[in-house]
Amino acid sequence: MGLLSPIAALGRAVLSGLAWIGRLSIFAAQTVRHIFTPPWYPRELGHALLAIGWLSLPVVGMTAIFTGAALALQIYIGSARFSAEAVVPQITAIGMVRELGPVLCGLMVAARVASSVAAEIGTMKVTEQIDALVTLSTHPMKYLTAPRVLAATLSMPLLVAIGDIIGIMGGYLVATQRLDFNASTYITNTVNILDAGDILSGIVKGAVFGFLIALMGCYQGMQSGRGAQGVGRATKTAVVAASVLILASNYLLTEVFFSA
Amino acid sequence: MIELQDIHKSFGPKQILRGVDLTIPKGESMVIIGGSGTGKSVTLKCVLGLIRPDRGRILVDGTDVEQQDRDDFLARFGMLFQGAALFDSLHVWENVAFRLMRGKLKRPRAEAREIAIEKLRRVGLTPDVADQYPAELSGGMQKRVGLARAIAAEPEIIFFDEPTTGLDPIMSGVINDLIREIVVEMGATAMTITHDMTSVRAIADKVAMLHGGKIRWSGPVSEMDSCGDPYVTQFVSGSAEGPIEAVR
Ligand SMILES: Nc1ncnc2c1ncn2[C@@H]1O[C@H](COP(=O)(O)OP(=O)(O)OP(=O)(O)O)[C@@H](O)[C@H]1O
Ligand SMILES: [Mg+2]
Repeated sequence: MGLLSPIAALGRAVLSGLAWIGRLSIFAAQTVRHIFTPPWYPRELGHALLAIGWLSLPVVGMTAIFTGAALALQIYIGSARFSAEAVVPQITAIGMVRELGPVLCGLMVAARVASSVAAEIGTMKVTEQIDALVTLSTHPMKYLTAPRVLAATLSMPLLVAIGDIIGIMGGYLVATQRLDFNASTYITNTVNILDAGDILSGIVKGAVFGFLIALMGCYQGMQSGRGAQGVGRATKTAVVAASVLILASNYLLTEVFFSA
Repeated sequence: MIELQDIHKSFGPKQILRGVDLTIPKGESMVIIGGSGTGKSVTLKCVLGLIRPDRGRILVDGTDVEQQDRDDFLARFGMLFQGAALFDSLHVWENVAFRLMRGKLKRPRAEAREIAIEKLRRVGLTPDVADQYPAELSGGMQKRVGLARAIAAEPEIIFFDEPTTGLDPIMSGVINDLIREIVVEMGATAMTITHDMTSVRAIADKVAMLHGGKIRWSGPVSEMDSCGDPYVTQFVSGSAEGPIEAVR
C-alpha cells in the first residue's frame, strides 16, 4: 500500500491532467461554434478589440524594441569572434520575425490579457453576473468568451507584425548608432533575407497564441472558485497555463513550418 | 403555475434541500421565509436551471422545465439576485434595458433607454442615475437597479431574492407596494425571499417556510400567525427561544 502510493499519486496527476485537456478542448470547440453562429455581439467585440489589441500596443512595442536592440548587440559580439559581423541584420531579422517577435509578444500579451480576462470573468462568476446573464436570455459564452477569443485571434497577428517591425528597428538603431553599420545596407540586407514564409509563420503563430491566451483567460474565469481567493487562483492559473501553452505550441509550429 | 416536486440538492457532503414540495398558483405571490443558509436562494436557482437539482422535478405550467425550450422558458422570467448582480462594465440604464437591446425583444437604443428610465423611476431612482456605473451606487441603490432590471421586460414570472434588504423603511415600503402592484396589475406570478416580516405581510398571498431542507409549513399569509407551528411562530416573532437553534 505504502509502496504503491507514489504510483497512485502519479496516476491521479496524469488522469486529472488528461481530464483538464479534455474539458479545455470541449470549451475551445464550443467557443469556435459560438464565434460562427448568431447572435453576435458587435459592441462586445469592439470593446474586446480595443482592450486586447489596441491597449496592448505599448507593451508590445517596448518589449520588441529592447529585445531587438539586445539581440543585435549579442549577435554582433558573437559573430565578431569569427569576423562575421556582417550577418547582424540578417540574423536579427530572422530571429525577431520567426521566434522572438511572436513568442515575446505572446508572453507579454498573455500576462496582460489572460490575467485581466480571467479576473474580469471570474469576478462576474463570483458576483452572480454570469447567472444574471443566463436569466436575461444571453449565453455567457456567446456574450463573453466568443468576442474576446475572436478579438485576440484577430489582433495578435497585427501586434506580432508591429512587434517585428519595431524589433528590427531596435536592432537597426543599435547597429547604426553604436556599431557603425551603414544604414541603407542594413535595411537592404534585412529586406533581402526575409521571405514571405518567415512573415507568414510569425502571423500564424500570433493568431494561435492569441486564441490560446483569450481562451485560457475565459476558461479559468468561468471555472473560478468562490470568493476573492477563487478569482486570484483563476487569474494565476490563466497566465501560467497560457504561457506554457504558447511555448509548447510555438515549438510545434516551428517544427511544422521549418523542419522540411 | 410553478410546481416543485421532491427537490433534493447537496453540495459535496452538505445536504441543502431534502425533498422540497411547493406549488405556486398562477398570478399569486408566494413568499419564502426561513433561516439564513437554509437553501432559499438555491431553491430559486433550481427553478431557473442555474443549479441542477440532484433529484426531483420542476414543472412550469404543467411541463417539465428540462423539456422546455430554454430561450422561451427564460424569456418569461425576471430575477432579482440577492447581490443585485449588476454588470459593472455597463451603465445603469444599459443594465436595466439589457433584455430590451438583444434577442427577441430588441428595440432601438433610444426607446430602450426611455423604458429603462421609466423603470428606474418606479423603483425610486432619479434619471441622473441612469448614466452612472453600478459601482458608483450604494448597496440599496444597486438592489433597486437590479429590481428595475428584473421587471424591465414585464415578465410573467418574477423571482425576488431579498428585495428589501439594505433599504431604509420608506424605500422598503415603496418596493413592497411595487411588487404587490406587479402581481395585481400585471397578473405576474411572484416568488419572493425575504427576512423582513413587514414585507411578508405586505406582499404575500401565501407563505412557505423552508427549514431542514423541506417546506416546514405553507399556507395563506392570514394564517401565518395562528398556524400553531412552533417553528413558524418562533421565526415570525424573531425569538431566540424555540425549536430553531440559534447556532447553525
Ligand atoms: N454554488 C455553491 N457551492 C457550494 N455551496 C453552496 C453553493 N450555493 C449555495 N451553497 C450552500 O448552500 C447553502 C444554502 O445557500 P443559500 O444561498 O440558498 O442560503 P439562503 O437560504 O438563501 O440564505 P440567506 O438567507 O442567508 O441568503 C449554504 O450553506 C451555502 O453555503
Ligand atoms: Mg439567499
